[in-house]
Amino acid sequence: MQYKEIVKKAKLRLLRLHYEKKIGHIGGNLSALDAMLFLYHRVLKENDIFLLSKGHSAGALYITLWSAGKLSDTDLEGFHQDGSILAGHPVGGWMPEIPFSTGSLGHGLSLAAGIAMGKKMKNEQGRVFCLLSDGEWEEGSTWEALIFIAHNRLDNLTFLIDANGLQGFGNTTDIASLEPLAKKIRPFGIDVLEISGHNSSEMDSAFKSASEAPKLIILRTVKGHGVSFMEGRMEWHYLPMSEEQYIQAVKEVSQA
Amino acid sequence: MRNSLCDSLVKLHKTHDFVFLTGDLGFMALEKLRDAMGGRFINAGVAEQNMISVAAGISYTGLQTWAYSIAPFIYARPFEQIRNDVCMHNLDVKLIGNGGGYGYGAMGATHHALEDYGILLTLQNMHVFIPAFAEDVPIIISRMAGLHRPAYLRLGKCEKPKGFELPEYDGWRKLVQGNNVVILTVGPGAGPVMGAILGIMPETRPELWVLTELPLNDTLPTDFLESIERCKHLIVVEEHVLQGSVGQMIAHRLLTAGIKLDRFDHAYAKGYPSGYYGSQAFHRRECGLDATTILRCITRG
Repeated sequence: MQYKEIVKKAKLRLLRLHYEKKIGHIGGNLSALDAMLFLYHRVLKENDIFLLSKGHSAGALYITLWSAGKLSDTDLEGFHQDGSILAGHPVGGWMPEIPFSTGSLGHGLSLAAGIAMGKKMKNEQGRVFCLLSDGEWEEGSTWEALIFIAHNRLDNLTFLIDANGLQGFGNTTDIASLEPLAKKIRPFGIDVLEISGHNSSEMDSAFKSASEAPKLIILRTVKGHGVSFMEGRMEWHYLPMSEEQYIQAVKEVSQA
Repeated sequence: MRNSLCDSLVKLHKTHDFVFLTGDLGFMALEKLRDAMGGRFINAGVAEQNMISVAAGISYTGLQTWAYSIAPFIYARPFEQIRNDVCMHNLDVKLIGNGGGYGYGAMGATHHALEDYGILLTLQNMHVFIPAFAEDVPIIISRMAGLHRPAYLRLGKCEKPKGFELPEYDGWRKLVQGNNVVILTVGPGAGPVMGAILGIMPETRPELWVLTELPLNDTLPTDFLESIERCKHLIVVEEHVLQGSVGQMIAHRLLTAGIKLDRFDHAYAKGYPSGYYGSQAFHRRECGLDATTILRCITRG
């Protein structure tokens, strides 16, 4: 199957998953899905570890794992249900692809730093990848992690920011102006790249670019990407889709 | 006890692979360990939240990790990191908090740890060790290293009376044989009480126990139960607030088991009742945790 088809199939499955289970958070899932799919299908090798710090994009993670053959349709049926392993935010420990429970923001980057440091101490192969939200940079612990990563030169770590510009109750620029993130983070000693988080060729170049320092890829993304009535709208952080909205979303993604 | 801690960890490092993180503390205490461990010793800086999550991440790769700071900075500041990153995943991370209770005395309230083991024991998989004497530290370090799950070490000051021969280490130890009253102390609080009761005549001397490991088992030790059923008067002494205290845990176990006592007294940390600050001894007096007040409790009718 062509990669483009893999992406489309995954997006449609994500919409179905959230519609069937009547749950929200679809906006941030659609902004992060392209990057996670790209990681799982094009980047991750044996011994690499991926950690989703923005745990509210659990649906996109589960769909990515489904797309990579790590989860089945039966597994997905359990999403958000009683007696399930697929909670609304990832619960770690039951499969190697989900190393930690995330959902409370500001933990993932430190955890990834610890894994990267442990790998270095044990001379283990493999890189560590971590995907954060942009709102997550308001957490002080994320900056603590950044200082630690830079100081200890954890060059086996790549972290990504899903910079969709929207957070829980407004635009990131209206709540806590941290932009330009690249300009602020680079002086710590981090290699920073800034690309579209929905463009495969830009992601390909960014992941392949040589680096001797810890690497940050800022993914400029759109919340609700690919669905016109969701794009850039905060309410899709929370709302489930109506039947009419679901039909419209499927139509738009199918025709893209 | 910090010297004993350092020596024990240096010794452990010779036979056991682990990582040690400090939150920028350990001056005049951990230099030997730093020099012995080389790259396995990391000063994680003044960033305790990051330090605990990093410890969890390192532990995830299979390396046991110890993290050290002044007690409140290791359990209170990074509480969510302990909860979500360490305990939820039952990871092999050890937390060392120096200065349990009022240990940091006149340094002020921010440096006191009055609710540490109570709050930590609300978390899944957590174990707590509270050495009573410097001699306990090497044994406890060895036990902690062999326990591949989360654990907290509450370090205090050794106040063992000179010349006293300690019985063999156990989580529950009878330190002084006695009659009429059983005093159960938690960790280093045993020292001052022991110093006060050793001068009492054997026939009226209270029996003294010390508890150094938590959580409690569902059933209390048989020897301890025999003692309290014989004496019918139990006094629990601990430098910890009432909520989450050993006193509450013991009362729960006794009620559950249907064991009735004539009298139950509980001396615990009451914060700062006068609003003044001072040494550990000052705060103990303020809270009735000093030996004089405890002995008065024995004679009170």
